[in-house]
Amino acid sequence: MRRFEYARPETEAEALEMLNDHGGNTAVLAGGTDLISLMKRELVTPDRVVDLKNVPTLTEIREEDGGVRIGSLVTLQDMQRHPLLTEYQSLGHVIDGIRSIQIQHMGTLGGDVCHLPNCWYFRSGYGLLAIDKGVSLVETGDNRYHAVFGNQGAAKFVSASRFAPGLIAWGASVQVIGPDPNQSESIPLEYFYITPKMAQQGVAVLKPGQLISHIWLPAAGQRQSAAYEVLQMEGLDWPLAAAAACVEIEGGVVRSVKIVMGHVAPTPWVATAAGKILLGKPLTVDAAAQAADIAVSQATPLSNNGYKVQLARTAVKRALLKAIGHSEGGI
Amino acid sequence: MWDRKDQNRSGPSFNRRDFLKGSGAAVAATAMATSNELAAQDKTKSKIASAEPATITLNVNGKDYDVTVEPRVTLLEVLRNDLNFTGCKEVDDRGTDGADTVLMDGKATLAGSRLAIECVGKKIQTVESLRKGNEVDPVVEGFVKHDAMQCGFCTPGFVMATRAFLNEHPTATLDEIRAGLGGNICRCGTYAGITACALELAQKGGA
Amino acid sequence: MAELSVAWGPREENKLLGTDVPRIEGVEKATGHAKYSADINTKGTAYCKLLTCKQGHARIAKLDVDDAKKIKGVLAIHVLQDVGDELTYDGQIIAAVAAERPDYADDGIRAIKLQLEPLAHFVDEDDLETAKALDAEHTEVVEEETVVKEESAKLGHMVRVKPLADDTNGDVAAAVEKAKAVHKGYYGVHTISHMCLEPHGSHCEWTGDDSLLVHLSTQNVSGTAGQFAEPLGLDAASVEVVCNYIGGGFGSKFAAGEWGLACAELAKEIKRPVRLMLDRPTELKSAGIRPSGFVEVTIAADEEGRITAWDSHHWGSSGLNGGTVSPGVMPYVFTFENLNRRATGLVTNTGPQQAWRAPNHPQACALSQTAIADLADKLKMDSYDVFMKNLEQTKRPEVYAEEMKIAAKLIDWKAKWHPSGEGNGPVKQGLGMALHTWGGAAHAATCLLRVHPDGTVESIAGSQDIGTGTRTAIAIVVAETLGLPLSWVKVTIGSSKYLRSGPSGGSTTIGGVSGPNRRAAIQALGKIFDLVAAKYKTDAAMLTVRSGKILSDGKEICTWKDACGLIGAMPLEVMGEGPKDDGLTDAQVGGVQMADVSVDTETGIVRINKFVAVQDCGLIVDLMTAKSQVYGALIMGIAYALSEERIMDNKTGRYINADLETYKLPRIGDIGELVVEMYQPDSEYQRGVIGLGEPPVIAPGAAISNAVANALGVRVPVLPLTPQRVLEALKGGAA
Repeated sequence: MRRFEYARPETEAEALEMLNDHGGNTAVLAGGTDLISLMKRELVTPDRVVDLKNVPTLTEIREEDGGVRIGSLVTLQDMQRHPLLTEYQSLGHVIDGIRSIQIQHMGTLGGDVCHLPNCWYFRSGYGLLAIDKGVSLVETGDNRYHAVFGNQGAAKFVSASRFAPGLIAWGASVQVIGPDPNQSESIPLEYFYITPKMAQQGVAVLKPGQLISHIWLPAAGQRQSAAYEVLQMEGLDWPLAAAAACVEIEGGVVRSVKIVMGHVAPTPWVATAAGKILLGKPLTVDAAAQAADIAVSQATPLSNNGYKVQLARTAVKRALLKAIGHSEGGI
Repeated sequence: MWDRKDQNRSGPSFNRRDFLKGSGAAVAATAMATSNELAAQDKTKSKIASAEPATITLNVNGKDYDVTVEPRVTLLEVLRNDLNFTGCKEVDDRGTDGADTVLMDGKATLAGSRLAIECVGKKIQTVESLRKGNEVDPVVEGFVKHDAMQCGFCTPGFVMATRAFLNEHPTATLDEIRAGLGGNICRCGTYAGITACALELAQKGGA
Repeated sequence: MAELSVAWGPREENKLLGTDVPRIEGVEKATGHAKYSADINTKGTAYCKLLTCKQGHARIAKLDVDDAKKIKGVLAIHVLQDVGDELTYDGQIIAAVAAERPDYADDGIRAIKLQLEPLAHFVDEDDLETAKALDAEHTEVVEEETVVKEESAKLGHMVRVKPLADDTNGDVAAAVEKAKAVHKGYYGVHTISHMCLEPHGSHCEWTGDDSLLVHLSTQNVSGTAGQFAEPLGLDAASVEVVCNYIGGGFGSKFAAGEWGLACAELAKEIKRPVRLMLDRPTELKSAGIRPSGFVEVTIAADEEGRITAWDSHHWGSSGLNGGTVSPGVMPYVFTFENLNRRATGLVTNTGPQQAWRAPNHPQACALSQTAIADLADKLKMDSYDVFMKNLEQTKRPEVYAEEMKIAAKLIDWKAKWHPSGEGNGPVKQGLGMALHTWGGAAHAATCLLRVHPDGTVESIAGSQDIGTGTRTAIAIVVAETLGLPLSWVKVTIGSSKYLRSGPSGGSTTIGGVSGPNRRAAIQALGKIFDLVAAKYKTDAAMLTVRSGKILSDGKEICTWKDACGLIGAMPLEVMGEGPKDDGLTDAQVGGVQMADVSVDTETGIVRINKFVAVQDCGLIVDLMTAKSQVYGALIMGIAYALSEERIMDNKTGRYINADLETYKLPRIGDIGELVVEMYQPDSEYQRGVIGLGEPPVIAPGAAISNAVANALGVRVPVLPLTPQRVLEALKGGAA
């Protein structure tokens, strides 16, 4: 690890000040489950690390505007147990899939939402876009875990966030604060992520000096949700593909639905057309399968990841069925 | 770029300054634990530790230890190299193996994914604390009884993860055990013994 | 002197031998008090970080460490590869920096100026055709020898294809012609790394100008001192290697290693103790791999299912030396009368191989017993029946037959088996089996047994415990022989200064230490009986020992402590040696494994439902640790069968998954229900002690692959059976 200053703010205002009162590179430390490792590999090399763990307002879960706000430093374990979140089942499914009490205790929602890609070229020091001498390493090398959607530009990694698909399906927004202490903006999470054309653009609209203070979830209402992650291993492992669905059934037919795939594109991937064909129909196994086919119909797999299209298809079908309490039919 | 209506739905904007003022008292009450290097004039500046080595105090197994380290030094390194609590092992730098598990304020924590300076004011418990004289924690006893070890290198981390897991799930089922202890890796393949140990303790209420 | 037979006593009289005895160092290990080499922290210890090659193949154009030496906290830099040297694989060590703290060593690494000139790499070990094409382009034959063309050599090209073996027996073509069923198949198993949790490395401390103390993570305590001495210009007697605990070796830790020598050199230079453990990526890339194997096979049988012909060509790579799976073990366990076998090694820019638990056997089993199961499908027979039918073509048909019957009962084979591919719904279930063999003879070892006048007993030897339970096995043998409680026996191992013991490899340790300790204990007992007979005026030949008492004809003469009081002021010392041909140990074991799996055909995920291992190993010293060996082997087998593999990126020539996030190992939830049945009729007890570490790790690849094929009706040809490979096989996309 390179040397850095360590800052420990106790309020959001202090945190923003510490992020912005100097010229150097600053990293925000939440749960530390990824940042410490990124710093050890010198993939992130801040001059200052701002540790948010002592800002109490960032660790709250409470009702707000008919919905629920979850502080960005809330741990997965705190989410799992919280009575205000029981209706948002897709989030619980993700937490249950993170099979490590250590990560459940240390990992934070904000840390997950901002998690940098796990692309092995990025993690080996070839940069976010893994371009070497003008050639895409992902395109020409081993891309078995890379994107099958949204991969026609320079970015071919997959978005690492495990909560984002579920949160987007619920219509969640992120509250971004800073750089100025009085700046605060609510951004739908769906539009938070970007597919960078250049490495310095990063993976989200978050600018230097900004923080996520919390995530806001609208009221669950009559909607039901599920997340289905295709996990090769039963222990701590990253999904090969995932999908989350949020469905409202009225009179036996689908009144509203939102399907979001994860780990298949540089951003969470909303399957708009797949959702549309379900509207006004009963959500049967066949209908779910048909929606799943549509969800992956525009996939553009790379040389060695065609199998992920099938995984995404399965994830969509199973997330839909799981959301309405049907047996999803897998192992 | 996005639908403004969506944005409005996510809650009215509020005056952040007022909000911060309102919660100021509570924040001040949770003053940061003392650490020598942070004593300075400016309130904000005092919360910034320079990149240079400084003395911090860590509470490990109920005892305070002063160590002089840079902020970039991890808790794992301090425990192993400065304080000689070598039951905590370094295996991978990605936080995926659990061999560096300690309890921090009672919760299973990866010492390799925490900076030492973050841990000032926390109660850190290492695996060495599970033996006092001839008395050992029931988890240790169970690991020995069920031969939940071979080379033994992952064992201390697994013992701590199991201890933390049973503290939180004293009556866990087999499936819960299998899901809960998925953050640790054993290369020799001692999972059968660990499962048997955890299940037996869970049937006795977590011991 | 009383003449006592060393032979193992009647089985029914054993108090400890063959029972479940928890390992005696269990609490030390479970509470973190056991000190591994990675934990040695003597005062003033400096820490190391490594500069490694991050390309598949390169030459060092520039290496300047002067600035790095000036970095705060940096104490010394040891250069292993210098300007002009060729780096032949990703992860190869270039330099080691010793510093006051690990972070300062990082600072030092960063300040080293390194420039590499890239050279051509080849890492696709399964791609025989590309290797041949490269050779066609870049090599020529000069005086009957294949050499690289001059221009190509400058670019780093090498001879990539090495013919290794071509054997023929009988008449394969005629047998295939006559056969009822002929199956042609392709199978493979990728390279894996040893991935010891405690990485390779050491802590070196010079205890004088000419004497070195090394805490080395080693499977070879008695054999490594000389490896340090010679290159360092020391007498072997001046080096002490200590290893009280080792965090995994699996066959990769027999040598001092270049990192061990670098550590000693650095310690000498800075006149302080130095600890150098490999970082995780370097451990995976450089410290040992198991070679890959890929095979094209034709196998034929008559209408009864008797296999009549085998014809195979396999290839793969062990790295730069271009080896693959040894042809000698193909086909595996079975010897067919008509046989062609050919092997080709590929020279790849990958890290060097080390012996991996049962070298060659797991791959050979996965490459050949898969073909047998597919042949059974072709014959429309249950694979169990085909294996049974062909046992006569193995060396131990009766034992395998018994073990197959036991395993089949435990997994309920006959009730659960179905023809391959049958089953409804997206999740398919299937059964598969495989069998294996291994030697496991005792290694050469000597021990010193010391009986103190207070009745306590010590056994001392330069052995090691790689997880086997060496200490516990020694204590059991000595305590059983002397009729004492286990706690009266202290076992001291782990220094090259103690009596020499063989390395712990090849399942040789438990046999290796049991013989000498039994012999020494019997000899000590004879001497003590003589003293007792003289003192109590009885016939030494009539004496026996039991539960801490010396008996004559069933009547107590004195206690063990009384008897030891007769030794005098100094302890009694006896040496035990081995191996000897006195029946205490034996070799050659076998085993049968059966797997019950479920496969999700929509995701390609395979889960183990139940996995049964029936294993023979002669006389069992400690039933508990013996079973642990088998459980562990099954889990290691599940790892390489389902998830674990080295992934070489063809583009960069790098080992791209050298961390525990993408080098996927099973966790506690991935193993299903494991059933371990030790096959131990009296005939096994009579054979004596045989090692057990390797054999049960051999069959899982084939057994699990066969179960998946039975579930799907399609063979997923290459291990590990990842979702990608399963889905591609289902799509018919795989060869």
